[in-house]
Amino acid sequence: MSLITALARLEAVGTGRAQPAATVRHRHLSRHPLVFVPLTTAGETGAPLGALVGTDRDAPRLLVVPQPRDRDLRFTFLADLADVVLPYIDAYAGSVEAAERTETDPETGKRVKVAAELCADAPQLIVPSRTGLDFVRLLGRSMRFRRTAEQDPDAPYPAPPRVPLLGRWLTHYGERARVPGSSLLLALTDVLSRHWATGQSGLEDEHLGALLAWIDPPEGLTGAEAARRAELARDADGQLLCPPAGPATDPAFDNRLLAPAIERYDRARTALAAAEDPLEADDRLAALGRAEREVRDLVESRTRPTWDAVWRGLDLLRALPEGAHVEGRWTRDRWSFTGHRDRVLAGEPPQPRRDDAVTAANKLATREREQARLEAQEALDDPLVMAGRRLAGEAFAGEVTDVVMAYSEGRRPSPRPLVTVRTEDRPHLAQRAKVYRSLGGKPQSAEFVGQEADGVLVLRVLDKMGRGKEPEPGSVPEKGDRVCFTLFEHEQRGGAKLPDPEQTPWTHGGPPGEPAPEAPDTVTEEDVL
Amino acid sequence: MTRAKGLRHRLAELRGPDVPAKALDARALAALAANPGCSRRAILDGAGVDKARLAGALGAPAGFGQSQFALTRGNAFEARVKADGGAELLRLAHARLDPGAEPPATAAVPDLTAHGPEGRTARTALALREATRAGGWTLLDHPMLALDVAGSLAFLEPDAVVVHPDGSWSVVEIKSFPMVDGAADPAKVGAAARQAAVYVLALEEVAKRLGAEPDAPAPAGAPVPRVRHQVLLVCPKDFSNLPAASAVDVRKQRAVTARQLARLTRVEEIADALPEGTCFAPDLPAEELTAAVEAVPATYAPECLSACELAFHCRDRARATGAVTRLGRPLRAELGGLATVEEVLAAAHGVSGDPDDPAVAALRRAAALRAEALREAREAAEAREAGEAVSCP
Repeated sequence: MSLITALARLEAVGTGRAQPAATVRHRHLSRHPLVFVPLTTAGETGAPLGALVGTDRDAPRLLVVPQPRDRDLRFTFLADLADVVLPYIDAYAGSVEAAERTETDPETGKRVKVAAELCADAPQLIVPSRTGLDFVRLLGRSMRFRRTAEQDPDAPYPAPPRVPLLGRWLTHYGERARVPGSSLLLALTDVLSRHWATGQSGLEDEHLGALLAWIDPPEGLTGAEAARRAELARDADGQLLCPPAGPATDPAFDNRLLAPAIERYDRARTALAAAEDPLEADDRLAALGRAEREVRDLVESRTRPTWDAVWRGLDLLRALPEGAHVEGRWTRDRWSFTGHRDRVLAGEPPQPRRDDAVTAANKLATREREQARLEAQEALDDPLVMAGRRLAGEAFAGEVTDVVMAYSEGRRPSPRPLVTVRTEDRPHLAQRAKVYRSLGGKPQSAEFVGQEADGVLVLRVLDKMGRGKEPEPGSVPEKGDRVCFTLFEHEQRGGAKLPDPEQTPWTHGGPPGEPAPEAPDTVTEEDVL
Repeated sequence: MTRAKGLRHRLAELRGPDVPAKALDARALAALAANPGCSRRAILDGAGVDKARLAGALGAPAGFGQSQFALTRGNAFEARVKADGGAELLRLAHARLDPGAEPPATAAVPDLTAHGPEGRTARTALALREATRAGGWTLLDHPMLALDVAGSLAFLEPDAVVVHPDGSWSVVEIKSFPMVDGAADPAKVGAAARQAAVYVLALEEVAKRLGAEPDAPAPAGAPVPRVRHQVLLVCPKDFSNLPAASAVDVRKQRAVTARQLARLTRVEEIADALPEGTCFAPDLPAEELTAAVEAVPATYAPECLSACELAFHCRDRARATGAVTRLGRPLRAELGGLATVEEVLAAAHGVSGDPDDPAVAALRRAAALRAEALREAREAAEAREAGEAVSCP
């Protein structure tokens, strides 16, 4: 945590309200995001209890597994989920625009532009919290190796059609969420705590209710009081007034309300199976319906508050203006979405359980590069972030006090003006260190020549002044201008190119060989315990 | 001896008359290592105070609890892993911990039932001695081990202990979180490793005692039976109920816990520093209890929330006193000697503090930069609004 954020948190404590940690919105928000509020069963892996899902804040779709340990009911839930999510994805996959992509020509080895399709927009998934992200990954992993009856008629316990496809999409979204600055799948608590500093610790910020209480406390309460209420207040039955945002449920809810309701459902089901004549069966079917209704009501009562909280959080974020570089990063997300769409269309197999060495190294390199890109772009978009970098000595802002024209030595002298900047910042500048400023969205570089006095720096501008002997107008700062230079680069260069998978060196396990189709997970007669 | 007795008497007084001591389980011992600097936690745990009840009496109950679904599943999985006389469990122990040994064809599973924790501990020690002598694979299902913690015995019950054919022992932890594609949640594995490390320490005590016996089970020359520092972690495989296992090295956790346990002797010092008549009995009125708890200093940090039953109380106190650590430990490091929110804010806004103090200077700089950036953003927003007003007549 930088000192500026720490100070913001302390100010939040002092004022009883969250303080801004950003002045613009650093993540893309779709106009029609798909919100997913899942609940899971304690102790069971990947056994959903229910979910609210949809794009309309007033009409979420409620999906419930009345007995989470029943495989058929779980498959029904997943099939229903696929019926909501996949049409939403398909709606975006269909509309494309022409774009260009650079590729390495296999014959010449040169980088060439090729025409490609790019989806005009991409679907965006929002979950309430970071544990929700993990749950999306887990659901994806649990589904993508399933076999449907169509794929493999002999498969034991075949999954409903489209469930494996949903698994592949959720896996892709889960993986993409690991890339810094990406917005295909967002955890709302992460995004909110990026933009506001609350008067509590980062650990406590993972509670969506408490976080919102700090940012937008109800009338008459301070953030601290409202957060405490959201965290701990219980009703007469001992149930939390603000249920956890999931996917884990409150143990008191499990033990006092859910377990008895599920037991009643089980009993009703057994009774129905034992019914002997149609009249009796009708009665018992009605009883089963009532028991199921009861579980549904319970699940809705725990997910609906979170659902409303998510939309409230989105409203708060929408009120912030979008950062200038957010659009560009979203385009990368659109490329990622388009790429996966193409892989699915081409009939490629689901993502493997483990990546081969080259893919894994590529993924890591991408994440590192995107992290550096994100840090640079957020600073350029947001004076508050830049303030943090200035405090850390990684940037400086000041007024130009003098400009002296100078030229490079050589056959064709080019302009190399010397610019004197007076600043109160304390940048960590070494002799001839490169510094950068943004000139019409492009980085202009300069080098540090020397320090005239305390806080008076002399820089030599190096580029973006045109081809002529005289610099193009506006390309050199003038006396009296306010400038902001950074010590970090604005655009990230890719690292060294990695070899093709077939060329993997023996130190990294050698070439992966022919890709073998991944076997489905072992299933036992009783999948659950 | 009298000193130990005196301490035990003193701790019983702290607990309150007729309040039974709450046994320190491995989970509590392992959590102790998470915040070693906290005197409050040390004395309450050392005295066997039921912190959950105490927190309730103080009006800040802990949010801990376990869902019966998780409990049922955990028990069912453990039963499944240990079915058939532990055949599957021993197969996993052989494959993951000791592939060089002969495969376990038959396994002894001695009966460990006895009366009371002391009886079970003695029975376990006996079974360990016999198994080490006999050679071959032996599975001890829910043995009982004793560990001396700050002058009082804590009884611990590992899920299982395996005796290898070479006479060495290893701890088995059975957990119900999944191992998906060979990897499990690192936080949960870490907690399991810390817990297993406590069992390893307790087993080493048993081994030391056995080695000191005149008819030591180990052959002459070999000092004491060896306790392996790799434990077997057994979890459900992927999304099934089949077991998957992995060897986890707990040397580091063992060393940390051993050091913390040695430091726990300070309990005596803390107890001596308490005012006469201090008592933590949960049936006392809340004000008295608050005063008693307040008499022992705590070092609250947000991490306590997931480990200590008293955390909500300590958090409220930290909030009331304006301590900065409740916003996280790293923040404290940034602020030098400034410990309260008021101090920091006053220093940042130039009301107080020595401008030559580097922490104060950095704070003022940060406050100035932050104010400048926010002003800039406000101006930009106003300009934007004005622009919109012009463009939309």
